[in-house]
Amino acid sequence: MADTTATASTETVVKTDDGIRRRDFLDIAAIGAAGVGGVFIVYPLVSQMAPSKDVLAASSTEVDVSSIEPGQAIKAVFRKQPLFVKRLTDAEIAAANATATGSLRDPQSLEDRTKEGHRDILVTMGVCTHLGCVPLGAAEGEVKGEFGGYFCPCHGSHYDTAGRIRKGPAPTNLEVPEYEFTSDTVIQVG
Amino acid sequence: MSFPWAREYQPSNGFTRFLDEKLPLPRLVYNAVGAGYPVPRNLSYFWNFGVLAGFFLVLQIVTGVVLAMHYAANAQVAFATTEHIMRNVNWGWMMRYAHANGASFFFIVVYMHIFRGLFYSSYKAPREMIWLLGVVIFLLMMATAFMGYVLPWGQMSFWGAKVITGLFGAIPLVGEPIQIWLLGGFAPDNAALNRFFSLHFLLPFVIAGVVILHIWALHIPGSSNPTGVEVKSESDTVPFHPYYTAKDGFGLGVVLLAYFAMVFFLPNALGHPDNYIEANPLSTPAHIVPEWYFWPFYAILRAFTVDFILPAKLWGVIAMFASILLWFFLPWLDKSPVRSGHYRPLFRKFFWFGLIPTMIVLFICGGAPAEEPYVMLSQIATAYYFLHFLVILPIISSVEKPEPLPYSITEAVLGSDKKAVLGENTTPAV
Repeated sequence: MADTTATASTETVVKTDDGIRRRDFLDIAAIGAAGVGGVFIVYPLVSQMAPSKDVLAASSTEVDVSSIEPGQAIKAVFRKQPLFVKRLTDAEIAAANATATGSLRDPQSLEDRTKEGHRDILVTMGVCTHLGCVPLGAAEGEVKGEFGGYFCPCHGSHYDTAGRIRKGPAPTNLEVPEYEFTSDTVIQVG
Repeated sequence: MSFPWAREYQPSNGFTRFLDEKLPLPRLVYNAVGAGYPVPRNLSYFWNFGVLAGFFLVLQIVTGVVLAMHYAANAQVAFATTEHIMRNVNWGWMMRYAHANGASFFFIVVYMHIFRGLFYSSYKAPREMIWLLGVVIFLLMMATAFMGYVLPWGQMSFWGAKVITGLFGAIPLVGEPIQIWLLGGFAPDNAALNRFFSLHFLLPFVIAGVVILHIWALHIPGSSNPTGVEVKSESDTVPFHPYYTAKDGFGLGVVLLAYFAMVFFLPNALGHPDNYIEANPLSTPAHIVPEWYFWPFYAILRAFTVDFILPAKLWGVIAMFASILLWFFLPWLDKSPVRSGHYRPLFRKFFWFGLIPTMIVLFICGGAPAEEPYVMLSQIATAYYFLHFLVILPIISSVEKPEPLPYSITEAVLGSDKKAVLGENTTPAV
């Protein structure tokens, strides 16, 4: 067996002057086809780990904000994570606007974080930007921190009335998810 | 490879002769952990921990396979099936406590094994590959343990998973897509739980495979020893069996006493009570801590509080991974030709008064809440940790004047006047 292949390779392979053999084409074509095939195998193996269709389907949430009184907040669930929807009091809006934006760790004004015509509705994720704990301050009677907004008990991050980071280890403001008012009283998040 | 004086396997009957011809498995075992493997005669009890780690790997696989027969990796029922194992399954409580505490003891013996490697510089030539494979095993162990802790789907399971996968979110630009991809969702849920179970079942067998490579690499130069002097002659060694099977067996007995004391009398001492509350994505436990064996690395993660070019959180993630990955470079950072810490006065001082206190401080800080003085202490300790491996160790190895080494292992054990000890027969009975 070994003998026949050895003879075959010496007799049938025609060598041209530049050292390129006809078989080199076959080698490259075979390896190339196997490589492309390999990618086709790897792609589904990687992609199967991404969120499935039912998880993606549950990735938008509707919240009715009409029943929220000024100074009150509700906790909703958006993408399996807590979502804070708060109606700010005039005093809280004034406190947020009184802060010079430039002095903040993550400079954003209340205007940047709310929608035109609904400046009193603050929609943020209830997920501390430090290590993902749920901050306190949304429910009645919870600690609101030194700046009257939210307070994360895990590592002591204080957020102000606009959900902006003011003190503690969190790097950025509470995330404002993408949302829009589908009517005067209903928001659709995601 | 082995020393030329290694005993050769002799099949004693027809059956073993048949096996030796067709599949020489008994010969392999004889040469690996039997009388066919010559080992330095002066190994201390610090050399027990490799065998002990192997024992706990087998124990974890056996108890884990049993638990998997009763557990269901579904976020709806995972917590309930864990309680089902505790309350309804015959001996289920024992299997689960044995598995949970087995993980802790696996880490205890592996940390002792690493400690031995660091003090006696077991990572040095010609044993670099053994060390590198060991670091790979350690990384695999950490991944396996982390995913295993998520499976009971208690509060610490859930929030631990959230914080640790959140680390990947710190990577700029691609971090968040990677995190979502790893979890198969936007927060830990059924998809994450299922894949963690699948990988938690797979990885121990990967570890077992790397352990085989680890032992294979060990058998090429042979075991190191407390003097760090290489084996020179037959009188420096004894056969692994019966000498070290007996010594390892004794060590195993002592460790098992401690282990079963934990399993039967303090089964939850190393766990966290919050994990007996079912996972709730809307309520965070007041104090999230990982399992104790991750505390030093968790402290390094949290030590970074100031943004410097990159966000502080990303620095923490980089430092935490770097703190282990730098072990891969250790054989080339420590250039001293002397291995054993017993003959290195300067190295010894920095080891006992620098590295060891640093590890203790990191351990304590990692388990403590992130407030002063723990934040500052973990910052100082993190700084020293990197300084020790990257700066102090290379400098020591070039300026230190080592103490005189014994000529051979035999001399270190019996003294230079061999005749006085052994009489006329200078070759000790093997």
